[in-house]
Amino acid sequence: MTHTVHFRVWRGDAEGGGLADFDVEVNEGEVVLDAIHRLQATQAPDLAVRWNCKAGKCGSCSAEINGRPRLLCMTRMSVLDLTAPVTITPLRAFPVLRDLVTDVSFNYAKAREVPAFVPPPGLAPGEYRMRQEDVNRSQEFRKCIECFLCQDVCHVVRDHEENKAAFSGPRFLMRVAELDMHPLDAAAETGLDRKSTAQEEHGLGYCNITKCCTEVCPENIKITDNALIPMKERVADRRYDPLVWLGSKIRRRGA
Amino acid sequence: MATGTDSTTTGEPGGGTGPGGTARGGVRRGVNSPARAAIGAAHLRTDRWWLAPAATAAGLLAFVVYSTWRAFANADYYAAPYVSPFYSPCLAENCEPMKAGPNWPLFGEWWGLSPALIILVFPLGFRLTCYYYRKAYYRGFWASPPACAVAEPHTAYRGETRFPLILQNIHRYFFYAALPVALILTYDTVLAFRDETYAWGHMGLGTVIMLVNIALIWLYTVSCHSCRHIVGGRLKHFSRHPVRYRLWGWVSRLNARHAQLAWASLISVALADLYVYLLATGVFDDPRLF
Repeated sequence: MTHTVHFRVWRGDAEGGGLADFDVEVNEGEVVLDAIHRLQATQAPDLAVRWNCKAGKCGSCSAEINGRPRLLCMTRMSVLDLTAPVTITPLRAFPVLRDLVTDVSFNYAKAREVPAFVPPPGLAPGEYRMRQEDVNRSQEFRKCIECFLCQDVCHVVRDHEENKAAFSGPRFLMRVAELDMHPLDAAAETGLDRKSTAQEEHGLGYCNITKCCTEVCPENIKITDNALIPMKERVADRRYDPLVWLGSKIRRRGA
Repeated sequence: MATGTDSTTTGEPGGGTGPGGTARGGVRRGVNSPARAAIGAAHLRTDRWWLAPAATAAGLLAFVVYSTWRAFANADYYAAPYVSPFYSPCLAENCEPMKAGPNWPLFGEWWGLSPALIILVFPLGFRLTCYYYRKAYYRGFWASPPACAVAEPHTAYRGETRFPLILQNIHRYFFYAALPVALILTYDTVLAFRDETYAWGHMGLGTVIMLVNIALIWLYTVSCHSCRHIVGGRLKHFSRHPVRYRLWGWVSRLNARHAQLAWASLISVALADLYVYLLATGVFDDPRLF
């Protein structure tokens, strides 16, 4: 069944812009990205939109639909109220380039700030052996498609541009958690304490665990419960728990 | 309540160009920072995003009002064999005598206020620093943020990086304190199998309410994120600690329901207290099951 839907799509660039009105034909079973492509094909050939896989795996088509950060390709038209205009804007936490395309280089800069996996000494590539129960936690975080919806929705940077320097955002705090929970990561042996860096260099303390990152994650990763809060507890071990500190000192002396 | 944010005087929540729009002096900030898409509105959500934080705030406020009244009342908290969870253990000399009940007058005679105020510090601190309740009151009371992708009405935000919110990191100590309190409430529940003459082998509606309450309190307590971390989450190699891994798995399953358990146990503890209050004031007699 085909029907006409009224869209309000943000058009413009860093100099300015606004919501433009379009009526677009939509067929049953289509997603928002299909409608955007039809809009491009029929009415606005110069509309800029970033997309790639159309399967929710490349993380390219992140935008905000009726004010909520979502993937254009994974949002079915049928979940929206089509009696009212459907509003589509670019991600509002990042600088806009044109129309629905934003500059997400903030995320790439933050990615580079996370020290990479440290290979265990004495093991050559191909000799790594890990038990499944030891890698389950890290594997959940590896589902991330880097759509940056969590980075976009996080109020720490969305509502406070000035925090971008100090706060890496949920995606990269999750990356720190992934490495800190990795059974073969040898960062600690090289003097790199990922727990301390999570707090001091990546701004974990800014997170007030209001869970918007988890709400918008298209991969359903439990970012807050499985990455951010466990990291906060690990930081508490390091910095705020004298019993754990004392225990680690005693163990070290006994060893 | 300080929440690591500074309030503005501009704008009304939920729309317009106020929150997340311009700060004092007309500086563009938040979602309207320079170079971001010029949209103006603080949010474009069309759903009832305000319902969840409003309901949360109303629910928490109702509990705070009720529990404050009951904690300061210093009366009608014991109706043999039931004791209100707000007054157990009773640690002052001015407590009502409860036969074989939770009377431990550690604070002696000098404590003149309600004895509930001594013990409630621990469950209150446990819930106040709980990761779920933090989300609930940051959103519901402080609008930081009020809902996802809805701009918050604050000019600056430092989160839990400094005093006083950095104190949220002591949550695990309140978890430790909550364990003996839950144990004592379990003891109270066992005593609820006595009748009003302290003879064993009784069960009334009050016993059922106390059983449900203590079950929910235990489930809420052990589903805590700090508990999850302590039993196994802090380990790097689960395979070397199979017992702790098994425990972590159980706690993790409960932890996924932590928010629901937080509400259920909050309501049950208030209902258990209300039931004792109604019995103590003679509104009705405890229906006896056997």
